[in-house]
Amino acid sequence: MKVSVAAAKCVAAGQCVLLAPEVFDQRDEDGVVVLLDETPGPELHDAVRESAMVCPAAAIHLAES
Amino acid sequence: MSRVVNQITIVGASAGGLATAEALRRVGYGGAITLVGDEPQLPYDRPPLSKQLLAGQWTPGQLALRPEADIDALRLELRLGVPATGLDTALQVVKLADDTCVPYDALIVATGVRARCVPDADGVAGVHTLRTLPDALGLKERLRPGRHLVIVGAGFVGAEVAATARALGVEVTLLESGPVPLAPAVGEEAGRFLTGLHHEHGVHIHTGAAVTEIVRIGGGVAGVRLADGTVVPADDVLVAIGSVPNTEWLARSGLTVAGGLVCDAYCMAAPGVYGVGDVACWHNPLFGTAMRVEHRTNAAEQGLAVARNLLDPDHRRPFAPVPYFWSDQYDIKVQAYGHLRDHDEALVLDADLKGRQLLVAYRKNDRLVGVLAAGQTPKTLRAWRALIAVRTPWAAALTNTTAA
Repeated sequence: MKVSVAAAKCVAAGQCVLLAPEVFDQRDEDGVVVLLDETPGPELHDAVRESAMVCPAAAIHLAES
Repeated sequence: MSRVVNQITIVGASAGGLATAEALRRVGYGGAITLVGDEPQLPYDRPPLSKQLLAGQWTPGQLALRPEADIDALRLELRLGVPATGLDTALQVVKLADDTCVPYDALIVATGVRARCVPDADGVAGVHTLRTLPDALGLKERLRPGRHLVIVGAGFVGAEVAATARALGVEVTLLESGPVPLAPAVGEEAGRFLTGLHHEHGVHIHTGAAVTEIVRIGGGVAGVRLADGTVVPADDVLVAIGSVPNTEWLARSGLTVAGGLVCDAYCMAAPGVYGVGDVACWHNPLFGTAMRVEHRTNAAEQGLAVARNLLDPDHRRPFAPVPYFWSDQYDIKVQAYGHLRDHDEALVLDADLKGRQLLVAYRKNDRLVGVLAAGQTPKTLRAWRALIAVRTPWAAALTNTTAA
């Protein structure tokens, strides 16, 4: 799985950080998403998929291998 | 007891309906899914309608909730542009406006809400509501520098449009029937902070303004008459006085409709029938109360919860989220966690309009139930959310966070 984020679309809701803090963080100044791990391990895949699903800005893209 | 489910019908093709479809596939459901929607477009996102789309920063194509290929991959039977008109729960069929019927083994009600309008505004050119893409495009067309937009209702939609319109050079008057804009949603303290923001940007604000008539000349709008006889002249009027749940099609279904589709803590309205998104009024056990949440993130989270409960009823779980919303106005992003309505106390911990900082905590009985903030770090917000999620007593919450 390869994760990418569209920072320009991010609305800083932080739902992804609540679900997968190992993979996503937020910038202090404006809350915009920061991708910590582009290729998270399999144990994190469910949490990352859920993050992509509930992201209110559809700003998380997953390429499943 | 589990039912055999091979045909799931989702009525409502916006964020909640699509999220449910996605979640059903993700959880492993391989049967048929029919997605019914009254709008002809593929599912699109609504929060940008009052912001990026109205401002001309985004095109309609950028509102797509998912690329077409992702929608295709869900293997949905799409019935778009056809509203549902009725439901027969005994025969398990949904009736559509084109006189066809869609059967179901399980049904998702995700028909959302529509904008409430004023009675005498039908067909008057220049009177707008804002809920759909065509609504937003129609309003956008009319927002030109120097024109005068009167917004009836200073809730979040009204306030966001005011901010967008000012940036476009439009003269804006905001009419609020109560004493403080936004107060019904977030309390007077936060409402006053946001009012200050709009004053700063040159919005004319009338509070205590009861609209009695849309004044027209010919077939077009000329202004708005208030209860004291004043006429506020307008080139355009946006009516932003809240919403109405789309439940008329459920009228003779036997389902309970009372300010939305009434659901239990599992989001179930009746065996095999679930509610998702703005239309669903469900019992949220975290706050011990029924709520209907018209926020974007709730639609997706509820869709996911319903998919799990529907497919695995023996391990179903109550849907007990901490609701979240955000609002962009000028250079400020307001964010809130929790259940702010009906609070007993709103305590301002930080309010600095110049510094663009706001932090308000909300109490109900002896519990922290919400927080609203601007200009705070994500870490601070998440700490508050965590306190709400574990039902922290008010006194402990204040000690905890002021010490932090």
